[in-house]
Amino acid sequence: MDKIYPSIEDALSGIKDGMVVMIGGFGGAGAPIELIHALVESYKKTGSPGRLTVVNNNAGNGAVGIAAMIYAGMVAKMVCSFPRSSDPRAFTEKYLAGQIELELVPQGTLAERIRAGGAGIPAFYTPTSFGTQLAEGKPVEEFEGRKYVQERWLKADVAIIKAELADRKGNLTYNKAARNFAPLMAMAARTTIVQASRIVEPGEIDPEHVVTPGIFIDRIVEVPNPQQEEALLREGAK
Amino acid sequence: MTAKLTNAQIAWRAAQDIPDGAYVNLGIGFPEMVAKFKPDGREVIYHTENGILDFGEAPPAGEEDWDLINAGKKAVTLNPGASFFHHADSFSMVRGGHLDVAILGAYEVAENGDLANWSTGPGSVPAVGGAMDLVHGAKNVVVITDHVTKKGEPKLVKACSLPLTGVGCVTKVYSSLAVIDIVDRHFVLREKLPGMSLEELQAVTGGKLVVDGNVGDLIVPEL
Repeated sequence: MDKIYPSIEDALSGIKDGMVVMIGGFGGAGAPIELIHALVESYKKTGSPGRLTVVNNNAGNGAVGIAAMIYAGMVAKMVCSFPRSSDPRAFTEKYLAGQIELELVPQGTLAERIRAGGAGIPAFYTPTSFGTQLAEGKPVEEFEGRKYVQERWLKADVAIIKAELADRKGNLTYNKAARNFAPLMAMAARTTIVQASRIVEPGEIDPEHVVTPGIFIDRIVEVPNPQQEEALLREGAK
Repeated sequence: MTAKLTNAQIAWRAAQDIPDGAYVNLGIGFPEMVAKFKPDGREVIYHTENGILDFGEAPPAGEEDWDLINAGKKAVTLNPGASFFHHADSFSMVRGGHLDVAILGAYEVAENGDLANWSTGPGSVPAVGGAMDLVHGAKNVVVITDHVTKKGEPKLVKACSLPLTGVGCVTKVYSSLAVIDIVDRHFVLREKLPGMSLEELQAVTGGKLVVDGNVGDLIVPEL
């Protein structure tokens, strides 16, 4: 078993127009910048993959990462909780012009929908959003005297995430709070593609310390010294 | 018109009521200030939605690690005993009722505990983040806020006019003029600025202020 791919382009092969793509990261922490930018380059060269539905907590910042995807015109819809950032122009302009769709999901509901997607649970009930605009049209049930809103699982064709360590079997660790959505997205996508800062031999990650077990991972590409979105923005990346 | 508390003084007052050993989530922006005023000798563990328990102060400028941030995307540090976890675990801590206190800002709080703090209505890009989850998770959902808007309109109202974040969720309000508990769908006045009469306070409050027992003086240090 060897899930390691020789290049980013090989690892990303098969991502098609109209797919649902989950992208790890919360703000800049955990954003798989090299994988995202390779998708942008591919779209600019070939016009594909376009019309994507992107699932992330946010909707891009500045002009790098997901914002670069939005500027390039390859995103048809964002599923996120907080489409604001220190520089949200990429999304805001397209949204106000009616050129990009938004499905706004409370952050914990977003996480749980992704988890449910990965866990084979089609729907669940949460108190979150009961009585608000974001619950309109959704079934409500009472449990132990309290009202709960039904939410459905969220699955993806592809997840692209960033890890710190990976072995060829797909076991992963993350760097600090860069973990955020990645372990959930890894479960919820049909194909999960990882950029890892370092690839190690199986067994080098103590089984007690494996965060994402390899069963959830399909493809790994090593990207040493990866770019960090927030650091890029602070350096003034355009 | 009586003077009012500054934001720092509101944050200070709220901080005095956080018990030793509490697990606390501070909302982005103004609520983050509460951490500065934690009384000495109390150990409080802060939770941030993006996946850290027991984070500490901001690092010195130039020493930020941008993989170590809070929900406001500001760089933080770790206290000994800190932990990382993924988003579903993080919101299990929230929704599962494991947090003791969540402190949030508000556009409006209604006397029945309804909160509006995420949307000012149509015309902008809607963004909710974790606010709708937090209001249903913590044992105490605390609002810190100016008592009135910049235009002088009450923020403590009979019924919210803005889109709701949660229904009947707020348990306590620390405002620039008063400390108020929400009990059985009523604003119950606990403390008010000593120079202010009940009538003066009621005049700038949308919902009815109920007095149930002693009303203390809201006294804070110069900050």
